[in-house]
Amino acid sequence: MRLEYFEMIDRVIAVDDDRLVAECRVPPAAGNPVFAGHMPGFPLMPGVLLIETMAQASGFLLARRLGFSRMPLLASVKEAKLRSLVLPEATLEVEATMVHEGSGYAVTTARITSNGKRVCETELTLRALPFPSPELAQLLRDRCRALGMTVPEAA
Amino acid sequence: MASAFDRIADIIAETSDVPREKITPEAHVINDLGIDSLDFLDIVFAIDKEFGIKVPVEAWTQDVNAGRTPAETYFVMKNLATRIEELAAAKPAP
Repeated sequence: MRLEYFEMIDRVIAVDDDRLVAECRVPPAAGNPVFAGHMPGFPLMPGVLLIETMAQASGFLLARRLGFSRMPLLASVKEAKLRSLVLPEATLEVEATMVHEGSGYAVTTARITSNGKRVCETELTLRALPFPSPELAQLLRDRCRALGMTVPEAA
Repeated sequence: MASAFDRIADIIAETSDVPREKITPEAHVINDLGIDSLDFLDIVFAIDKEFGIKVPVEAWTQDVNAGRTPAETYFVMKNLATRIEELAAAKPAP
């Protein structure tokens, strides 16, 4: 994870049309600007970044399902439960599951575990919008490739 | 079974803050009921699930924005119910 760059996922372990599993490692606290503020003297992974991690896993799942033709954007977070504290250097597994793909949107469930222990879960709605630029579309494809996903070349 | 209109009206009342009695056949979902795009996503998700269909919201929106179809065709409640009935009737048998 590179929290300050919103690069939440380190590697995709498995993915198909309906499910994506990925892993991430929370960075050390020393020198990290996020942990400097959250919280001073008690570095703790912010809950909103755990939700962002689940949203990114869901977004990559939806992007792949749509052939990287659309840009997934988080639209709503429902029933989020943050069950346990996440400390620096924790190893996390994030799983996103497609619940429903609609017209221009999708609903997923996502969860994070750490060493088999439940950390958090939620239901997410994502919009699927046209990319505002070809460069951003390429960046998403490059990012997914870097995470280990098979990504077709742009049409 | 309740009519498509009643089922959709119930979904809207449950999903948004709109009182059920305000959801009449002549009501425009956006202009009269004040449903915004995020609430509408939730409503469409609930309709998709309830009727086992995929409401083509993107195509509808493109039609309206391009001036090919008046918004009322899709977004006035009685017309929305008709469109949903058509989609449900057209879906393949399981």
